[in-house]
Parts: sequence; structure tokens; C-alpha cells
Amino acid sequence: MKFGVVVFPGSNCDHDAYHVISKVLGQPVDFIWHEQTTLGEYDAVILPGGFSYGDYLRAGALARFSPIMGAVREFAARGGFVLGICNGFQILCESGLLPGALMRNRGRRFLCQFVHVRVEATDTPFTHLYRPGQVLYLPIAHGEGNYYCDPETLAELRREHRIVFRYCDANGRVTEAANPNGSLDNIAGICNRERNVLGMMPHPERAAEEILGSSDGRALFQSLALVLAAMARE
Amino acid sequence: MNDLTPEEYARIVERLGREPNPVEVGMLAAMWSEHCSYKSSKVHLRRLPTSGPRVLQGPGENAGVVDIGDGWCIVFKIESHNHPSFIEPYQGAATGVGGILRDIFTMGARPIAVLDSLRFGPLADPRNRAIMDGVVRGIADYGNCFGVPTVGGEVFFAECYTRNPLVNAMAVGLARREQIFYARASGPGNTVLYVGAKTGRDGIHGARMASAEFTESASEQRPAVQVGDPFLEKLLLEACLEALRTNAIVGLQDMGAAGLTCASCEMSARAHTGIELELDRVPQREVGMSAYEILLSESQERMLLIVRAGHEREVKEIFAKWGLDAVEIGRVTDDGRLRVFHRGRLVADLPARLLAEEAPVYHRPMKRAEAGDDVDWDRVHAEPAPLEEVLRQMLRSPNLASKQWVYRQYDHMVRTNTILLPGADAAVLRIKETRKAIALTLDGNGRYCYLNPRAGAQLAVAEACRNLVVTGALPIACTNCLNFASPERPEVMWAFSEVIDGMAEACTVLETPVTGGNVSFYNETEGRGIYPTPVIGMLGLIEGVNYIPANHGNAERRNRPSLPITPWFKTEGDLIVLLGRTNDDLGGSEYLAWIHGLVGGDVPTLDLHLERAVQRACLRAIAEGIIKSAHDCSDGGLAIALAECCFSSHRREAIGADLVLTTEGVRSPISLLFSETPSRILVTIEPEQLATLERIAREFRIPYAVLGRVGGSRFRVTIDGKTVINAPVHELEAIWQNVLPEYLGP
Repeated sequence: MKFGVVVFPGSNCDHDAYHVISKVLGQPVDFIWHEQTTLGEYDAVILPGGFSYGDYLRAGALARFSPIMGAVREFAARGGFVLGICNGFQILCESGLLPGALMRNRGRRFLCQFVHVRVEATDTPFTHLYRPGQVLYLPIAHGEGNYYCDPETLAELRREHRIVFRYCDANGRVTEAANPNGSLDNIAGICNRERNVLGMMPHPERAAEEILGSSDGRALFQSLALVLAAMARE
Repeated sequence: MNDLTPEEYARIVERLGREPNPVEVGMLAAMWSEHCSYKSSKVHLRRLPTSGPRVLQGPGENAGVVDIGDGWCIVFKIESHNHPSFIEPYQGAATGVGGILRDIFTMGARPIAVLDSLRFGPLADPRNRAIMDGVVRGIADYGNCFGVPTVGGEVFFAECYTRNPLVNAMAVGLARREQIFYARASGPGNTVLYVGAKTGRDGIHGARMASAEFTESASEQRPAVQVGDPFLEKLLLEACLEALRTNAIVGLQDMGAAGLTCASCEMSARAHTGIELELDRVPQREVGMSAYEILLSESQERMLLIVRAGHEREVKEIFAKWGLDAVEIGRVTDDGRLRVFHRGRLVADLPARLLAEEAPVYHRPMKRAEAGDDVDWDRVHAEPAPLEEVLRQMLRSPNLASKQWVYRQYDHMVRTNTILLPGADAAVLRIKETRKAIALTLDGNGRYCYLNPRAGAQLAVAEACRNLVVTGALPIACTNCLNFASPERPEVMWAFSEVIDGMAEACTVLETPVTGGNVSFYNETEGRGIYPTPVIGMLGLIEGVNYIPANHGNAERRNRPSLPITPWFKTEGDLIVLLGRTNDDLGGSEYLAWIHGLVGGDVPTLDLHLERAVQRACLRAIAEGIIKSAHDCSDGGLAIALAECCFSSHRREAIGADLVLTTEGVRSPISLLFSETPSRILVTIEPEQLATLERIAREFRIPYAVLGRVGGSRFRVTIDGKTVINAPVHELEAIWQNVLPEYLGP
């Protein structure tokens, strides 16, 4: 069982994801350079936060053409686990691995703050350790996190229970006031139909140790590690 | 454009034994500008204490270096980008951050934090709002993309900054002690390698722009402001750090102010070598650039590397991996000269030391200045309204209000080291590889320095130290950014000299050597100058932070408040204690400025030895594990500090407090609530720990007073038996929270 963290030249949360996997979870993990074209030896791949290629055009718009994303598409199609955090989520949408798009925040400003999100789906390899409806305290840090998709896609996401996280208040109520960036239906994270690809704007890797103010994100990585361990035993 | 004085020019002719050519004049004028040469400030700066047991590198390099033990060191420095930020706020501020980050990673350190000290004119003026908006976005976009957390700083508003905004950025890096690199061009025969962005015509004369006051036509200087590319800087960072691990690099320096000229002459002067450059090989973004333009361009994100002869290919391959240009443009020589060739001709041939070290040193005339409004003290001590209303009015002051509008635009968490987030007295970052953490703050008070520059500088150093101490950190070193008006005015030079003396005294008593800094003169527009505004960037060290996840926790620590200590009240029933005592110190206060529109009176009296004792007592009490919260009591006085401790914080709702005070020792309730007496720290403890705290206070011979208890949801203050404030905390917090958004939008 092995994790990989993709490194685009402008990734800047790559070390943070690596730290959580290696030091907090104690699992083996490698950095994967963006020019690599295969992902043979990995079981789970993280697309970390940052500004992949500068993102001056649109977040993730160039990353979708990178050599590694060809490999990530194949990897996901084979059933490999892919977690896109922040810029990683933006890249997954740009690459067509997840539907919809992440637009500029409603307030047109970058926002870095803790928010509450509610776990809407626990039947994924990333969230099975959470309780349905559990409220997590996680940071966001983005300028383009305003999720949008067309009404048919939204209906499909709902029907297939693919909305994994929604912004809410401390008591778990999904309200307009609790929506930091204008996301459609307060969507903070979604998965693909096969449930092996998750994209989310909040940063679980920044909330995996109590000293950072919250350890609510740790169970996400533990969920994935447990699934991988079970698969390795089979 | 030639800013050399006739005397300076004559000195050059004498030294060279000939007239310099126009290219050489341009190089000399840039290097001898105030910005690059410190010619007006040097004689004063020598009086600062710059050494100490932890200081590995003091002033004179790209940044200071401080040993924090276990083989780790902190590399840090502050720099101003005031002039560019007035002309073009967004790019001016962005490139200010970019420049100071390069100063850190050229030393071999990975940047781990940025802090910014900002000063603007009052927000009622839309021009000031536009400048602030641009500056904050510029800092945010640069730091966020680069991937360094912007963890703190300060924002202050006063009329004198209306057309003279101040943007001071401090960057902090972490390195292994043996990995520190210096900006030295050692080893004749070694190669001069140019890396990073191509050279364009942007930013020519930037150093000289920053060395003159502005006139009405400031916007015509816009081409002298550079444009930042944080993504390119990120690539440069990763490539440089990778290249530095190869043992192929001898030295390196950023091409900042005065560009290629400055980097090459300074590096060779420091190493007592020379450099030969071939400008035709310099990567250029525009065609037909002259030697003058290439030598003085301040295009961003460029570095000059000195590479061991024979290792060029190894280094170039690393830069190629990161998609960056790396071009050999010259070599190190042994004759001490900077020799420049362009299109086959020798276009400049100057002694490197003449450029880098032999600028004249001026003892500019000084004249003591009296400053400040007359104050009718009877009127000031009289209550202008019921005290609760006065408190609400004070919370509406942008200088005291929440700065969340600013810091939430900055990614302050990336790299997952920030264990005390913005909003507290200082930022605290863990050092992952150790059980240490560092605390960081920026502090300055231009109003005090205007009224009394020497005392004002001391107060700034004292407050900076106090802001670290309340988190549990021992202050260990500082850097300074000295923002002043024109040095050609004797009153300004006098204030500068006084500030240096005040800072030297405070840094000596508080044992915080100055490891470097920056001087920014000419902060004046159309003859109107800023307050003397020294800004102190202070570094503190916390030992014994437990960074291991909770489930591996160490049982012995569990019952003690964990470090860092935060300012917010924690638990109902805790006792609120003031370490230190309140005197009548309303001179220069926010109360006087905001409520009465006056800047006058005597600044607070600071006893440096009492200050030190209060700080050491607080650190002792924290070390003994009895302090549950600690907050510096300064701007806005006791009432503001107490209210802030009640406000909501990370995962904790607002909490009330019941305070029972007396006016014994002060002239009025106004003084009691809003006086800005230094050497005061507000702490909370469990009631049973009072005896321990009293023992510590006696041991350090400091005054203290129990002020009340934490509890409920109201902020209640009783003075001399009469309840004068009784307001729901959430109401007060809402006022304080909404000030900046009301001016600047959500």
C-alpha cells in the first residue's frame, strides 16, 4: 500500500499532505513529479493544493494538459483512489474527472479561515470513518472555490449521493450564511460515480493534528489507509 | 537622471583618476543612492547592538541569522516597499513581498512566514481605501501563490500616511546551521550564472525613486515599479534550494534594487574579488536594451549565482528541471574590479568596492523638534459620554478594530506550522523537526515617535517583546524597518538619531540584538512627511511545544495549559489579574487621537527594568503552568484589552467578564480604562493558583492587581462601586468586527 503526492511546479500544499501521510499516519508516501507519465506502483494519489502552473489563466486550466494528469485519468479508470484538495479539486474538474467548475469566490476575494462542513456521504473510501451528518471544522484557503454545475448535473449528484461535503454552521445547519464562497447548494466536496475520486475545497491536511486547531481532517486519511490495508490483505 | 551631488562626482573623478562614462555614472548614482548606500543613516546605525550569543549573522548580509539550537537557525529580515506601493499599490506591495522572500532563500533558508506592517491614511478618504485594497491584494496574491503563510503584522491609520503609505514586509526562513549561504563572489575563475526571469526595462531607477520625495507627478514614475510573478519566484525558490544542496554554489544574491549592478559589485566587494560581465549573454525580454538599462533594470525574480568552475552543467540541469533560464554571463576575477562588456566594448570598469562600500557617509545636520498639539487635560479626563458609550466608540476606531478583513485574504496556514493564527498578540509557528516553536510580531507606534522619538522607539521594542512573551516565547532578536521623511531636514535626522538611541537602549536591556534591517527615507509628498515610524520585527523562541498528535500525547503535560498561550479568556470562574500597574498615560494615546482628535502630551513613561521584570515574571508563571490566558495591554488601554480577551476565538464562543476596579492611583475613570501605560500584561489563572502568582510577582518585584473574574456573557465593569459598563460581549464584538468591512466591503 503506497500513497503518492503529485507535485506540480506551483504546488504548495504538497509537503503538508506528505507530512500527514508520513508523520501523522505513519504510512509510506512518495512525491510524484508532474512530468511523470505512469502511476504503476501507487494505490492512492493526492493532488495537493497550490497554484499548479501559476494559475494566472484559471485555476487548474493548464494542469489538465500535464503529463501526470494523463496517468491520473488512467489510474482513476483502473479504480485507483484519487483525492484532490483545493487546487487538486479544481484540476479534477478541469480534467473532467469530476463534473462542474470552481469559479471566483462570491466576494471576489481570497478567503483563508476555518469553516464547518457536514459529511453528507459516508459510503466512500475517504469518509467511512465519519458519522453521517458529522460536522467537521476544517480550514479553507482559496480564491476560486465557488462550485457550480448545471441543474441536470446537480440533480445527478444528489440522486447518486455524490455530494460528500457541504458548508454548514457549527450546529450542522446548511444555511446561506454558512456558505463562504457562493457555492451552489453549499457544495464543498463531491465524488465521481465510482466513488474512487474525491474533490474538496477544504483542507483536511491542515486539520489533522490538534495543535493546528482541529484534527477533524485526520479521519479522512485514516479512512483511505484502512481501505488500502484491507485491499492489501485480500 | 543623475542624482550624484557635485561633491560626490568630484570624489569619483579623484578616485578613478578620470571622468566616469555615462554608464558608470548610472551605476554609481544607483549604488550611492540613499536606498542602496545608507549614506545618511550609517553613522547612526552603528550605535545599535548587533551581537549576542545566538546571533550567527548580524547586519551586512542579505538577512540576519539567529541560532535556535539543535542545529537550526532562523533567517529573517524586514524591508520597505513604501514608494512603489503609493504609485502602484498592488504591484508595489506584491514585489515588496517577492524581494524580501528572495533575501531569505538566497541565504539557503526556506521561507516559512511573512508578516506585514501597513500604514495608510484614514479610511474615510476613498483614495486611502483604494491604496489599502490594492496593497492587501498584492501581498495576498504574491504570498498565497508562492506558498508562504502570511501570519501576522499590523495595520495603522493616521493622516500623515495619506499620500505616504507604508508597506513593510518581514520574511522569516528556516535552515540548518551548516546550510547557510552568503552573498560572496569567492574564487577567481568561478562562473557568474544568471538565473530566473529575463531582464526588461521595468524598474529602472527604482532605487533612486525610493531616494527622493514625491511631487504631484508621482504617477509618472509608474514605469519604475516592477511587476511580480509569484509562480516564477516559487520555481526560483525550489531550484535555488535544490542547487544549493549540490555543493556547486559558492554564493548568491538576489538582483533587487540596482539590479545586476548591485548584486555583482556587492558580492565581489564582500569577497575582495572582481567580476567580469558580458551583457550580451544576459537573457533579455526586450530588444535593443542598452548597457545602462541591462545593468540597472530591477526586473523581478532574478538571481546571480557564483558557481564553482566545472560545475556549471550540474546547476543548469536543476534550473532546466524547473523550467528556468540559467546562463553564464561572466566570471570571478582577482583584481577587485567590476568590468562590463557590451557588444564587444568595455562599457564600465570600476572598483567593486567603490560602488559597494565607498559611498560617502554623511553626518547630516540635526535639530531638535518639538511636536504635538496642546492638550486641555481637564477636558480629556472628563467623560464625554457614559463610559459604555465611550467604549463602543473606541471599538469603532479602525486602529483598534479587528483586522480579520485583512488577514483572511492571506493564506496564513500553508505549510501547517502556524499554531497561533492571526488575531492574537503574535503569530507562533512550530518547527516541525523539533519541539520548538518561534513567535513573531511586528510593532511600531509612529504617534509616540512623533511626540518623543527616543521614548517611542523604546516603547515599540518593549511592546514587541511583550507581544511575544504573552505567548510563552522568550524574545531573542529583532530586525527593524526605519521609515522617515527626508533626511535633508534637520528635524527628521534628529528624530532618526533619537530613535536609534532609544532602540539601542531598549534592545540592550531586553537582550534582543538587531540583526539587520532597512531604512526608508523620503517618505514625504509635497513637503508633508510621515511620523518617524520605526517598525520592529521581533523573533521569540518557545521550547517544549508538543507537536505530536494528541493520541500519542504525553500524560504529564495534559493538565497544563499547552503552549502557546493565547489571549482569550478560557473558563468561567478564572481570576483576571493585571501584571504591572496603570498610570495616567493618555499622551499620544488612541483615546486622545480618536475621541478628541489630538496628538499630543507626554508619551507613556517606560521603565525598561520594570518592563523586563514584568515580562520575566509572566514567562516564569507560564513555565510553572498556571497561566491560562495572557494578553498585552497597550493600544486603547485596559478596557480594550479586556474586551478583546472576551471576544470569540477559534472554536470558543464569546465569554463575559466581571471587573471590579478602583481609580486609586489614577486621575479618572477615563485614565483607568484607556491609559496606555506599558509594562502591563493581562492574565487569567484558576483561583487556587493566586498564591503561586503572588509569589512570582514578589520574586520579580512587580506590582499586580486582581481585576475580576471570567464568566457569563456580559462585559461588566464596576469602578469605585459603580457599574459603568454592562454590555453583552457579542454586541461589543460585532462593533469591533464590522469596522473594516463597513469601510472596505465584505
